[in-house]
Amino acid sequence: MSEKLFVKGNEAVAMAAIEAGCRYYFGYPITPQSDIPEYLSRGLPGLGGEFIQAESEIAAINMLLGASATGVRCMTSSSGPGISLKQEGISYMAGSELPGVIVDIMRAGPGLGGIDASQADYFQATRGGGHGGYRIIVLAPASVQEMYDLTMLAFDLSDIYRMPAMVLADSVIGQMKESVTANPRPATALPDKDWVVRGRGEGQPQRVVKSLYLGDGEMEAFHWKMHARYQELADRECRWEDLETGDADLIVTAFGSTARIARTAVAMAREAGMKVGLMRPITLFPFPKQAYAEFSRRCKRFLVIELSTGQMVDDVRLSVARDAEVDFYGRPPGAGSLPTPEELFGQIRKVYP
Amino acid sequence: MPYITINGERCKGCGLCTIACPKKLVAMSETPNSLGFTVAVFSGPEMCTGCKLCAEMCPDVAIAVFKD
Amino acid sequence: MRQVFARPESLKDVQTHFCPGCNHGSIHRLVAEAMDEFGIRGETIGVASVGCSVFLYNYFDVDVIEAPHGRAPAVATGAKRARPDRIVFTYQGDGDLAAIGTSEIIHAANRGEAITVIFVNNTTYGMTGGQMAPTTMVGQKTSTSPSGRNQAKDGYPIRMAELLAQLEGVGFSARVAVNNPKNVIQAKRMIKTAFRYQVENKGFSFIEALAACPTNWGMNPLAANERVGDEMIPYFPLGVYRNTANL
Repeated sequence: MSEKLFVKGNEAVAMAAIEAGCRYYFGYPITPQSDIPEYLSRGLPGLGGEFIQAESEIAAINMLLGASATGVRCMTSSSGPGISLKQEGISYMAGSELPGVIVDIMRAGPGLGGIDASQADYFQATRGGGHGGYRIIVLAPASVQEMYDLTMLAFDLSDIYRMPAMVLADSVIGQMKESVTANPRPATALPDKDWVVRGRGEGQPQRVVKSLYLGDGEMEAFHWKMHARYQELADRECRWEDLETGDADLIVTAFGSTARIARTAVAMAREAGMKVGLMRPITLFPFPKQAYAEFSRRCKRFLVIELSTGQMVDDVRLSVARDAEVDFYGRPPGAGSLPTPEELFGQIRKVYP
Repeated sequence: MPYITINGERCKGCGLCTIACPKKLVAMSETPNSLGFTVAVFSGPEMCTGCKLCAEMCPDVAIAVFKD
Repeated sequence: MRQVFARPESLKDVQTHFCPGCNHGSIHRLVAEAMDEFGIRGETIGVASVGCSVFLYNYFDVDVIEAPHGRAPAVATGAKRARPDRIVFTYQGDGDLAAIGTSEIIHAANRGEAITVIFVNNTTYGMTGGQMAPTTMVGQKTSTSPSGRNQAKDGYPIRMAELLAQLEGVGFSARVAVNNPKNVIQAKRMIKTAFRYQVENKGFSFIEALAACPTNWGMNPLAANERVGDEMIPYFPLGVYRNTANL
């Protein structure tokens, strides 16, 4: 029977990485995610793994690139400012078709910002973040259990689709403690890594991991190849949770920590006799467009709630039927800006048809 | 007698071999290769000692050296 | 008659894209010779940097990982930590290592990563057309120091071999040149020593190799070669600056 634990979200990520077979971690201190390197600095060496506190987030993402190129499971983690520094490295990993898990525990920005929960890095995470027009897998946990399970899923998806995968949470989920079942690593069928750089040995062909494509038409071909892979992700890997959407006249939609608050507000609305549902995307890339499209055949009103001035709302608008109306309510990040369930219930009442 | 061969297609006419040879046995010719580089030529096997200095200086590994 | 000088096995039998008189070609060959001598081609992972030497994989017959500009020492760290049984080396230019990548090289060296770094110093950003580099000489004209590097504004050329030799984590740090046969032979020895450090697990090894860049110096190859001896070596003295295992 898997162990039941009471740990922080950040610690759950570190534990899940170890369970997923990750033995190489390269990180850098930054609030609100430092528990992850701290945990792994204790955990990894004993398992024959390597923990490096790099000199910068830039160095850390490039160590990840180097380790991943040799075929091992590896991870880095940071928060907004560090994730910004890692963007070039992530772009190179995407361009080199390298797996690797990048954990982003969002904090208030821009600039130094603050250390409070934020969801204003949604675009940074889901639109690639760096140069070149690539995308990365983005998973959004809303509980400490999901911090555990989605970290393991990130490793699997990253290996299967040979691209970086991000676990996108925020300081609420990262710093809160909840009970967790330390599930065993899923027995996912993984492709063998025949592209790994390993020292080619005698008589073996040279292998190169690179993103430079100068040949005629080579770069374009690479883009279409990745485009098809992103489509495959959308067809097969979309994940979400929806509650009471079947008869809903209004569907509230939010991800991560905001979805937890919205869940209470939806329950308050139901108690008040209002037919309100909740849609919580778990994969932010691939975004569950189909699910929203289906809901919007019946339900013509959506209320998107984010800890920002509106980013995911764009994706919702792109997903629902033309005749569905999408309202937005946001509380941009910063000290004291977390909305209360009552506040959200007030918004539900305002837009309820 | 030791001698060298110069792969005309690899030579880029930089001339570094000409200053390396202690006996000045390598000189620049006027004949261009297929890329238009005027290539180096080996002028005197009688004097060559097979010391390899020309080959050591060549940035394009265009020179092979033979010795018994 | 037998052949007493030939292309090393670790170097592919191809034409390089380097300009006439560019010493990347010579340094590539010396590195390949070291690989042949230790018979490590099959277990070597090269880390290519961004610059004229970005096509490392076209010339070295080894597995290669391409690193973003300046980040090769970090990429190499990740690779070596994951595969400590492999020989990992980086090959970088002066813009890559001494400008954008200064943090990565200093910290990889300071951690004593068991990698070998080949650093080619030709005082300019070659691939991008001859801009000023951290190693550009005072007074040297480049496409971004048109009236000559002015130390009051642009600072002084950085001596990397000496700088890294201060770090306890460094096993071997030396500067070499290939501007005349004597220096080439010496460079060959130093580069082999650097790889020996890694083969015998004696720690981090660093080679700074001075090189000419005729095209971007606006000189013919022989004049550029002279400049290495007349101007660069006096400011960037050749020699061994750290050799903790006395190899």
